[in-house]
Amino acid sequence: MKKRKLPVLIIRTVFIGFLALVFLLPTVLTISNSFMSQAEISANYGVVFGTAAEGAYMAERVNLKLIPDLVTFQQYGTVLVQTPEYLELFWRSVILVVPIVLVQIFVASLAAYSFTRWRPKRKEIIFFTYIIIMLMPFQVTLVPNYLMAQTLNLIDRYWAILLPGFVAPFSVFLLTKFMRRIPISYIEAAKLDGAGEWQIFTRIAIPLCKGALYAVAILVFIDYWNMVEQPLIMLSDRSMYPLSVFLSQINQAEIGVAFAVATFYMVPSLFLFLHGEEHLIQGITYSGGIKG
Amino acid sequence: MKQKIAKLNQRLGGALYSGAFIGPSFVGVMIFFIIPFFVVGYYALIDSPVGQNFVGLQNFSRVLGNHAFQTATGHTLLFTAIAVPGAVLLALGLAVLLEQKIPLKSQFRTFFLSPMMVPVASIVLIWEVLFHQNGAINDTLANIASATGWFSYDRAAGEWIDWFTSPFAQVPIIILFLWRNLGYNMILFMAALNNIPKDLLEVADMEGAGRFYVFRKIKLRFLSPTILFVFILSIINSFRVFREVYLLTGSHPYGRLYMLQHYMNNMFDNLDYQSLAAAAIIMALFMVALIGLLFVIEHRYGKDVEG
Repeated sequence: MKKRKLPVLIIRTVFIGFLALVFLLPTVLTISNSFMSQAEISANYGVVFGTAAEGAYMAERVNLKLIPDLVTFQQYGTVLVQTPEYLELFWRSVILVVPIVLVQIFVASLAAYSFTRWRPKRKEIIFFTYIIIMLMPFQVTLVPNYLMAQTLNLIDRYWAILLPGFVAPFSVFLLTKFMRRIPISYIEAAKLDGAGEWQIFTRIAIPLCKGALYAVAILVFIDYWNMVEQPLIMLSDRSMYPLSVFLSQINQAEIGVAFAVATFYMVPSLFLFLHGEEHLIQGITYSGGIKG
Repeated sequence: MKQKIAKLNQRLGGALYSGAFIGPSFVGVMIFFIIPFFVVGYYALIDSPVGQNFVGLQNFSRVLGNHAFQTATGHTLLFTAIAVPGAVLLALGLAVLLEQKIPLKSQFRTFFLSPMMVPVASIVLIWEVLFHQNGAINDTLANIASATGWFSYDRAAGEWIDWFTSPFAQVPIIILFLWRNLGYNMILFMAALNNIPKDLLEVADMEGAGRFYVFRKIKLRFLSPTILFVFILSIINSFRVFREVYLLTGSHPYGRLYMLQHYMNNMFDNLDYQSLAAAAIIMALFMVALIGLLFVIEHRYGKDVEG
């Protein structure tokens, strides 16, 4: 490679760095605004949301501030201590999303093993069907989901969201792509040693796919943690909504609280994201291309 | 003979295991996706769930002739036509930039991916603050205007655009779409760039090929399957942007933000299952055609590149 000149490098780095910061900005804004006092928030955004209390100071122009004038946990106090409903809503999200992630990955790794080990022509057709379902927009898949939930009498119950989530084909697709990279010789060697299929699955396939399982778990978690459509359609009882839906409805009235709840809500994704970033990137990489 | 039996046994055993492992997933997919999808197909062909008279393609022609459906389709196509090429080209650009030797590379990569984990609701809040008529974007534009004098953008004179109800209503949504999806696409492109055989690039370098030439003749050729994949993926994701639009502007947004998804969502609320079913089938057929096309092309190009 030719040597690059230093100024070019600097310009390039500054340019990319600037873009990267723009991408990060909404995340940072959400977090930093959650540490502002209600008064500061309404002063900053009153002109947009019209929420400033009478007589209170309201800036004439909207004021995007990254650093609070005064760091306060007032909003968190409101969210976590004074209104325990938020904790309850958070918990509701947890009991919806965690089972979906765990069961979906379990069911999917079984299916992925089947797609990897036995590949007659007709199974490729099934695999293709899975890909099509995976790629369908919500507006298409939610209609069949809803019909079946209605038939099985699941409307207004969490099962209407849980059951389709358990069997959603996305992780089957991704895990199959990972598993098909396992050298066939590993499996054959295990077979020669007298291992049954279940043993090969638990002792070889699963351990070799650990990273992939983690990656899929993160992607599935982030996807369902943010769910909005499913609860809106499957649940008519507002008191059953998870925090992701509720969060989108508290916006305007209590904007200060909204930032604190959003930040609070972001913690699990943030943790998974930072903790498993390498796996996540590998997972995304493998999702490229639809051939098995 | 004995061998044959053993072989048959093995095959049977294989089929048994194959079925057992895929069983839970397959049964679930059948129950929640495939079977009800055929029911949806049936609904699309009858007049009402009560009468159940077969009306042929009447529902389809009614939906296709419906003004709201046409408007919604037009807006969706407009959005897709702008947002999708943008998502492909900008992500490719980012990947090429990030592929070069720069400091803090992995930090930047993290930043570009960070939009993935922000809750939809707080994105909506931030976008509101940015693009509201009295929001930060207009404020900045006004500052630029008064500082440079290139154009006039005065709030008192009513020149500030109310983005979400203006003819530019799709602009904030396109930006939101790009902001949320570029990181993912960029990772896909970076992986593809990484897969280009290094010796090929070295040879080109030694032969004195220009950088643009190398990009065009070598990199683009190897990237083409990924470009296609990202293209289709972005189309699919462009249908998903509904969530944000819905939260920002409700079920009947102004003008250009009324998209197919709103149409379908409102069908749902009106319990108009026949139109909903027909619209879902139309959308599904469109997607299947798109995915089929991707498969065919990938098959061709994929062989070309790998072989």
